Amino acid sequence: MTEVIETRGLKKDFARGDVRVHALNGISVSIAPGEFVAIVGKSGSGKSTFMNILGCLDRPSEGSYFLDGQDVAGLSADERAELRSHKIGFVFQAFNLIPRTSALENVELPLIYNGISRAEQTRRARESLDKLGLGERVDHHPSELSGGEQQRVAIARALVNRPKLLLADEPTGNLDSRTSLEIMSILEQLNRGEGLTVILVTHEDDIAAFADRVLTFSDGEVVSDESGARAGKRVRADGPDQETRP
Amino acid sequence: MKFLRMTLTAAFRALRRNKMRSALTILGIVIGVGAVIATVGLGQGAAAAVQDQIRSLGTNLLIVVPGTQRRGGAHSGWGGASTLSVLDARAIERESAGVRAVSYVRRGSAQVLYGNQNWRTTVQATTPSYLYVSDSEVSQGEFFDDRDMKIGARVVVLGETLVSQLFEAGEDPIGAVLRIKDTSFRVIGVLESKGGSSFGDDRDDLVLMPFTTAERRVLGTTAPGAVQNIMASGHTGEDAHGVALEIEDILRQRHDLRPDQESDFTVHTQDQFSSAMQNVTKILASVLLGIASISLLVGGIGIMNILLVSVTERTREIGIRMAVGAKGRHILVQFLVEAMILSVIGGLIGIILGLAGTQAIAHFVEIPFVFSPGTILFAVLFSGSVGIFFGFYPARKASNLDPIASLRYE
Repeated sequence: MTEVIETRGLKKDFARGDVRVHALNGISVSIAPGEFVAIVGKSGSGKSTFMNILGCLDRPSEGSYFLDGQDVAGLSADERAELRSHKIGFVFQAFNLIPRTSALENVELPLIYNGISRAEQTRRARESLDKLGLGERVDHHPSELSGGEQQRVAIARALVNRPKLLLADEPTGNLDSRTSLEIMSILEQLNRGEGLTVILVTHEDDIAAFADRVLTFSDGEVVSDESGARAGKRVRADGPDQETRP
Repeated sequence: MKFLRMTLTAAFRALRRNKMRSALTILGIVIGVGAVIATVGLGQGAAAAVQDQIRSLGTNLLIVVPGTQRRGGAHSGWGGASTLSVLDARAIERESAGVRAVSYVRRGSAQVLYGNQNWRTTVQATTPSYLYVSDSEVSQGEFFDDRDMKIGARVVVLGETLVSQLFEAGEDPIGAVLRIKDTSFRVIGVLESKGGSSFGDDRDDLVLMPFTTAERRVLGTTAPGAVQNIMASGHTGEDAHGVALEIEDILRQRHDLRPDQESDFTVHTQDQFSSAMQNVTKILASVLLGIASISLLVGGIGIMNILLVSVTERTREIGIRMAVGAKGRHILVQFLVEAMILSVIGGLIGIILGLAGTQAIAHFVEIPFVFSPGTILFAVLFSGSVGIFFGFYPARKASNLDPIASLRYE
């Protein structure tokens, strides 16, 4: 079976003034379909840069990256947009919904660039919102929705183009702990129930604990790759912060 | 196709989100396009009005004026002893095929007395054909005829100014007897007012009498048969320039001019006259159009400004769109379409208001309302291109944004 993600010696440099900063220093990782992977690390460890490359928003300076068996390292901006449109769903920390635009229109957005008929766009967007329990909220604008609801709209949007891969960048960073757990259980359900490959960037251990596999980044390198129940148990042993729960 | 419709929908949504701002931007274009339409319309109306006024001078009128005489190298200048005569006029009438009627005039000035009133005016000695050639009408009484001309009848036709100077209001001038140069004349008609000319002189301040009578009684016979102008009326539709050349040939032959000699007269056509006037109106119209175009330009800059603000404000939105699969050109087209929607809506409203304004002003200043589809097409195309031109830079800027930086933009 083709790996969803396969990177070999992935490097990314930035020019900061005269100095070249190595954000990624040779990352080689394989992620199989149906995996739930958490990427953890301190800020500046390179995890966001890695996520941007995985999401085809950015391209590596060196190395190769196969997404669903296709070499994408050398693709043009348009070709990468095409890939994002068909294979990737994004969930962001700040929800990133378009303001003053209804939930339905926000969820339809990826389909606009995807060549799907108008009627089908609406049908799929409604279906996606229904699945996330937002059937009653389709006409609400982001400002009329709670943080958790906004993030669920964002997940509905990420799923509407039926992606191979869901990338969640600190999806609970702007949410309280109860809502965080709610969002995480949705992601867990998508992974376990529907076999969606989920990659999650977080710096909170209790959030990472939902994943089957945890990649720890430090100074642009993967310093640990813990798989299976071991990873989960290790983090879960610390337990979610009970005091903050209502 | 599908994408275009989506883009239109997205653009309308975006514009609707900022109703006031969109409305003000549209207003800029409305004013610009409206001003262009109105100035072009009024310019054309004014040109038509000038054309009408020139036509009122007489249909297809050609005027022969005496030229300078050269004797021993010295020009006598304009208004020297006239080189034109009654015989010249008769020759033109006889020989020129393009001419329908010929008249000639000799002017002098004299004191006109009536009762205890008197007025100094222009005595115009002419022929019965003057009425037709100069496209004049008699408002009361009649014009003198060939018989009056033949016998040198002491009859006059008055201009309106003279009537109002000599007679009481309501007094009938027909049949009244006037004295000019110690001779009595009977008033047989009054010329319909021609009003002031576009050059400010009063064309109603004159008295007309048969040429023969005038020569004998008023203007004197120092130069018998000499005339100041010969006026010829060409056949309608006849090329005035061709007729002018014909007249020139006839007169050169009569004046025994060798091919190397200059003509001692000039034939003016109305075309020259009207083209001079038209040039003036054209220049005026161009200046106005230039000013109006500037306001359209300012409207365009308004669009550019609003879009630049919009691009900055919506940086994050652009990032989101790119993240979910929009290509650079999708973003480019979206912003261009927004610009075009603004400019085309503004253009359409501007055309309507411009036409309404033109009609109102044309009515008010009493010039004809000229509707020209060409101008409207021009305004539509121009406002559309204003949208594309001024929308392109902001749209380009939007489409070149980096998705990662845009997503982080606060």
